[in-house]
Amino acid sequence: MIDYTYTVWIPLIPLFMFLILGLLGMKMKGSLAGIIGSSGLFITTVLSYITAYLYFFKTGEVDGTYQTITAFNTEWLNFTDTLRIHMGVMLDPISVMMLVVVSTVSLMIHIYSLGYMKGEKGFQRFYAFLSFFTFSMLGLVIATNIFQMYIGFELVGISSYILIGFYYEKPPAVAASKKAFIVTRFADLGFLIGILIISFYTKTFDFDKLISSDGSIFSGMNTASFMGVSAITWALLLIFMGCAGKSAMFPFHIWLPDAMEGPTPVSALIHAATMVVAGVYLVARMFIVFHFQVPGALIVVAYIGAFTSLIAAIVACTQFDIKRILAYSTLSQIGYMMLALGVSGYGGEEGVGYMASMFHLFTHAMFKALLFLIAGSVIHAVHTNDLREMGNLRKYMPVTFITFVVALLAISGIPPFSGFWSKDEILAAALEHNKLIFYSSVFVAGLTAFYMSRLFFSVFFGKKPHYEHKPQESPLTMTIPLMFLAAVSIFAGFIPFSRFVTTDGKAFETTLNYMIAVPSVLIALIGIGIAYFLYFKESNVPDKISSSLGIFYKTALNKFYFDEMWLFVTKKIIFNLISNPIAWFDRHIVDGAMNGVAWVIEKSSYKIKGLQSGQLQQYAFVFISGSVILVLCFIYWLN
Amino acid sequence: MIQGIPIQCFLIVSTIMFFIGICGFIIRHNLITILMSVELILNSVNINFLVFNKYLFPHQLQGHFFAMIVVAIAASEAAVAIALFINMYRKFNNIEVENINEMKY
Repeated sequence: MIDYTYTVWIPLIPLFMFLILGLLGMKMKGSLAGIIGSSGLFITTVLSYITAYLYFFKTGEVDGTYQTITAFNTEWLNFTDTLRIHMGVMLDPISVMMLVVVSTVSLMIHIYSLGYMKGEKGFQRFYAFLSFFTFSMLGLVIATNIFQMYIGFELVGISSYILIGFYYEKPPAVAASKKAFIVTRFADLGFLIGILIISFYTKTFDFDKLISSDGSIFSGMNTASFMGVSAITWALLLIFMGCAGKSAMFPFHIWLPDAMEGPTPVSALIHAATMVVAGVYLVARMFIVFHFQVPGALIVVAYIGAFTSLIAAIVACTQFDIKRILAYSTLSQIGYMMLALGVSGYGGEEGVGYMASMFHLFTHAMFKALLFLIAGSVIHAVHTNDLREMGNLRKYMPVTFITFVVALLAISGIPPFSGFWSKDEILAAALEHNKLIFYSSVFVAGLTAFYMSRLFFSVFFGKKPHYEHKPQESPLTMTIPLMFLAAVSIFAGFIPFSRFVTTDGKAFETTLNYMIAVPSVLIALIGIGIAYFLYFKESNVPDKISSSLGIFYKTALNKFYFDEMWLFVTKKIIFNLISNPIAWFDRHIVDGAMNGVAWVIEKSSYKIKGLQSGQLQQYAFVFISGSVILVLCFIYWLN
Repeated sequence: MIQGIPIQCFLIVSTIMFFIGICGFIIRHNLITILMSVELILNSVNINFLVFNKYLFPHQLQGHFFAMIVVAIAASEAAVAIALFINMYRKFNNIEVENINEMKY
């Protein structure tokens, strides 16, 4: 048995980096701060790789089953005998896999930012908060109990808020950061209530007890009910609300596209690869509870995932801001992961959806981070986000071009690139359990190939706009992460995931089902083909098509008016009917009572203060009359 | 024990002095007269010390010593007070007690 206690350093090193850069950052030069942050993260990455190696190949597997190892657990808060909160490190297949994903992507983005953010104001602050985010995300991933997970959720939320608002002088960035924070915070409220319901009945926060028991600790929750639905269903649906907020599932998806106001490396790290999969991760973590206690909740997860992935893919086809296209693509892919979890069963071959979801999480993190970094590289070169002002960049930026080809093939699901393998497993799982979801996800696969190719052809081929400065290839610090991630995107698909990450820890074999693989590749090729036809040469066909689609196109262009719906619900209904009366009550009744007390006291003190006149003789008179009265009292009354 | 004079006579004199002092302290305006009133109060207390010592404990000296301490304190107090008055005079050009009301609210 190997002592895994050293794993506490995996999150703690980024925390120390945050403290060092946050406290001393202003005293050092920007590049030094960047190098310190990156090297700290490099150590974390190495530790994660060592852990993954030891866990997957040396000690994790006992009798063919991957064990859950609690490497470290310490009591953090002790309120009562039953209410204790621990902090610790839990290692099991998904957490170890996430350690690798988070640290790899984060390291790549640290290196990339050395070039991308060079000379920006607040470079040190940027690195300090990148480290802080990495710390929070790692702390979330290794959580031993659901409360630590919640703390992680909140911490990644706040660091995402800070980093989206990095350009805090730009009003859209400020608005976007506020929006992200409020939406995710609102969803986290559901998560917190869910945690409280669960822990009220089971008297524990520990994942150990929650997920490995036979379910007897939930017996009290099945009988208790509220509004005709059992307590456990409420709890799990509320927890899923937290997941939906963090993972930007419908109807909480509105914050993610706006979050693209942040610097591009932040979008790549937080809003594509790591933080947004926290929700998927949590559902996966609680999967056994979902599956055995409330299968109905899983169906909700599956439909919300499928629906989000569909609408996001449609919206992505119409957008012009390259980062927004990628953001909607992220939504769509995370929807895939959610629906895979939703259609998954438990144990062996049945659990293929769960495995596929985690597999897709892994491959998606790599190629989506790559896509965002490429977008950053393009933006760095042409100084605009707008697709219509780009074109014909392949000659100027060869490395970016080639890595984009890799990412495009990976996300479209063309074999042998990584996206193909994970998407294929998801489709297989969907076909087995729910035909409707299967057809929608095949359609989404085609749309994905279409909008990514549209982006690709518009940026690298097509028209030849006039650039004020001749675009140049990005510096080496930016292209090395691109090449690394592209290499991972090519080869990650060959990892036998079903060997490592399964619902019950036991390995199983997956085989390629040609009945699914061939149609999905075909539809992806059709998507690419249509995009090639429309966007390879500059033409007015796309405009004609979009105007012939009329109202449908306009709706998609305006993101199905979800923002407006939210605004209607919040501004018109909640503000007018709930917030305003409460505000009135607060201002006039609560504040009124307080102000009244203060007014009485103020007026009476004006009256009283006249007593302190500064006239010595008045004081003496009062003092002497007081003494005389006291003396008289003693003489006549107290005898 | 002083022959022919009962203790009450002394006490009456000292009480009259004490209240004259109090009265002066409260109603006079000039700080120097107020200081003089304070001296009167102190001296009436001194008389009490001596008389009680003489009449009640004729073979002991505590009363005498206390009286001497009071005299010494009174003298130093007068010195300090008059120094203060001079400073006040420089500042306000008079030593009326009504003008010294800087320490109000």
